[in-house]
Amino acid sequence: MMGQFDRENAMPPETSGAKRRSRGKEPAMGRDVLLQAYRDMLLIRRFEEKAGQLYGMGLIGGFCHLYIGQEAVVVGMQMCLVPGDQVITSYRDHGHMLATGMEARGVMAELTGRIGGYSKGKGGSMHMFSREKGFFGGHGIVGAQVSLGAGLAFSNMYRGNDNVALTYFGEGASNQGQVFESLNLAALFKLPCIFIIENNKYGMGTSVERASASRDLSKNGSPWGIPGEQVDGMNVRTVFEAGSRAVAHCRAGNGPYLLEMKTYRYRGHSMSDPAKYRTREEVQKMREQHDCLETARAELMAQGVTEADLKTIDDEVKAIVQDSAEFAQESPEPPESELWTDILLETK
Amino acid sequence: MGVEILMPALSPTMTEGKLARWLKKEGDAVKSGDVIAEIETDKATMEVEAVDEGTITRILVPEGTENVSVNSPIAELDGGSGGAKAEAPKPAAEAPKAEAPKAEAPAPKASAVPEDVAATPSAQPERDWGPTRSMTVREALRDAMAAEMRLDGDVFLIGEEVGQYQGAYKISQGLLDEFGPKRVMDMPITEHGFTGMAVGAAFNGLKPIVEFMTFNFSMQAIDQIINSAAKTLYMSGGQLGCPIVFRGPNGAASRVAAQHSQCYASWYAHCPGLKVVAPWSAADAKGLLRAAIRDPNPVIFLENEILYGQSFECPTDDDFILPIGKAKIEREGTDVTLVAFSIMVGMALQAAEKLAEQGISAEVINLRTLRPLDTETIVNSVKKTNRLVTLEEGWPYAGIGAEVAMQIMEHAFDHLDAPPTRVTGLDLPMPYAANLEKLALPRLEQVVEAARAVTYR
Repeated sequence: MMGQFDRENAMPPETSGAKRRSRGKEPAMGRDVLLQAYRDMLLIRRFEEKAGQLYGMGLIGGFCHLYIGQEAVVVGMQMCLVPGDQVITSYRDHGHMLATGMEARGVMAELTGRIGGYSKGKGGSMHMFSREKGFFGGHGIVGAQVSLGAGLAFSNMYRGNDNVALTYFGEGASNQGQVFESLNLAALFKLPCIFIIENNKYGMGTSVERASASRDLSKNGSPWGIPGEQVDGMNVRTVFEAGSRAVAHCRAGNGPYLLEMKTYRYRGHSMSDPAKYRTREEVQKMREQHDCLETARAELMAQGVTEADLKTIDDEVKAIVQDSAEFAQESPEPPESELWTDILLETK
Repeated sequence: MGVEILMPALSPTMTEGKLARWLKKEGDAVKSGDVIAEIETDKATMEVEAVDEGTITRILVPEGTENVSVNSPIAELDGGSGGAKAEAPKPAAEAPKAEAPKAEAPAPKASAVPEDVAATPSAQPERDWGPTRSMTVREALRDAMAAEMRLDGDVFLIGEEVGQYQGAYKISQGLLDEFGPKRVMDMPITEHGFTGMAVGAAFNGLKPIVEFMTFNFSMQAIDQIINSAAKTLYMSGGQLGCPIVFRGPNGAASRVAAQHSQCYASWYAHCPGLKVVAPWSAADAKGLLRAAIRDPNPVIFLENEILYGQSFECPTDDDFILPIGKAKIEREGTDVTLVAFSIMVGMALQAAEKLAEQGISAEVINLRTLRPLDTETIVNSVKKTNRLVTLEEGWPYAGIGAEVAMQIMEHAFDHLDAPPTRVTGLDLPMPYAANLEKLALPRLEQVVEAARAVTYR
């Protein structure tokens, strides 16, 4: 059945031995919220498809890691946040940026290396930031953003506010030493940090089974008493529900929380990855049976949303993406004067 | 109006490829995400997915065709089922391509030092801060941190044994009592993790001081220092600064062997996005650490364990501070310039005394800052003395002395009356045995000898 979680490929949350300390009242995802989630996921999907196309045309250079397939994770989690919260992730970051509300134009123009991009064309696909939207990158070194995310959470603790930091990383990064160091630090200092492992099953071409002795990554925080859950990351509703529990736990000052999102990327690791380490059937099965957009669409239709309503969203999203692609091609390359700026800040 | 499907580039270097197989035929409906064809590049066979919805009206390049150029049309799609207007991708020829650096791009500056830094007004004498008192470098460092922590609640100290233990080298003595455990935080022995954490906190506006028990352990964390702290301002187009200080003892200690005796000056001075400071005296330590804490950029602050207990006169003025990027002429002279930093400044001054006895007038420059280097002060000195000797405890290869000498080549070559020379630690891991350790480090007589050699005595 469309949208049903694949029990063969992912252990259900109940098997996770980690504790759920503060399972408070979970906010329900009503029709309007789901409709918004559908729209946000669709925007990421269409944006990434367009980015892939522009890459194919030679307009985007270097590395380009598409988020297609994983949209439910960032969209569901972002819906749990309030202004002042922070988000940080690795290099597969376009979806995170759009989810935080960053402008499609600025993201696409950064991909094409233009002055209109969020980093004035000096960062590229893996390095974009928006202090205003609470998005702290966009980091190219696998695992580095996990310590940095603990630091964002540290700043919340230091300032005594109740903001939380979402720290995303892949299952590939989950074996990095500094990730374990950060889990210890977060638990030790009760940092309001939600560690989100986006387990898309492959760290580049190496399957999680070939990289991790841990079979249940949601337990990776258990030596430090960090509660963890495995979540169907292909379903925005389950993501939102788990995210709400995690955020409530952190905001209440109970320390960090770990979510393992079982998800899947449809495209290769990067644009130049032929993805021969998995079968076409495996990809096809995920797309046909677990696609987050199809799941949400079916739910919405069952709740009385019409094809015409969805078509309106489709059109709106397409127009945003098309506009961003045009902007990203029209925006000029950064002037040569930009070469020597932003190396150091002026000392006051 | 149809949409052309173009031959995609599937790697950063691909210019053409073989259209291996069509998975759709004319008349087939496609939607975005459908695999429509397979393409062989020099590296791999890749799948091509449709981006637009519609029906394939015409296949322009039959399967099996070799050497199909990137961006040439391979098929046509009808406009699809309405919605947003058909998205005819612009041919790449019209779009500005990501190009290799243009010929007219400004050549990298000959000097690694930005012009504005080189132009700091060296001519200005150092400000007179009034009365002084004798204090150790250790006290000066602690007083600097305490002063800045009193002024700014966002400043805090983290590191191993900085709190309850009162500092592995007692630099943070008393700070826990005054500022409490929130602002003087003991860290577990996890340099990589807590350095990353501090950098993240700095991205969000806090001003951490990270103490490394010694800089040898900063190697555990160097990725966070270079890739995160130093580069993010640039990569964010100026959005995300990182006001942070990394400090601790650097260089040779005494009888602790190779893993605990190493100078990291040239490692960090190599990297744009960092400032690197190396104080010698108590006044240097206090004035420069205050400046480092106030600086909006990541600052590497290289102390020296052997200097911690040494006493110097230091201004008592509560506002005393020194500028980063400005060297100090510790002793004026006319015959040879001795350029040194950190503990070697003391040796340079001793050498100058010895040389004076032999009728050679040596000028001693205390660099204080290694990045940005105060090239102007060195150049002006060499223009006067026409001779240069550099001193450092670290290894010679690609060291600070090599950079100073190159700056002189670029800016004062015609003023040289002798080839610059350097006195450095030996190019080997630090030995433990007392006699060998002594041989591995620069010695006073070597400095005197080097100065005599460049003055042809």
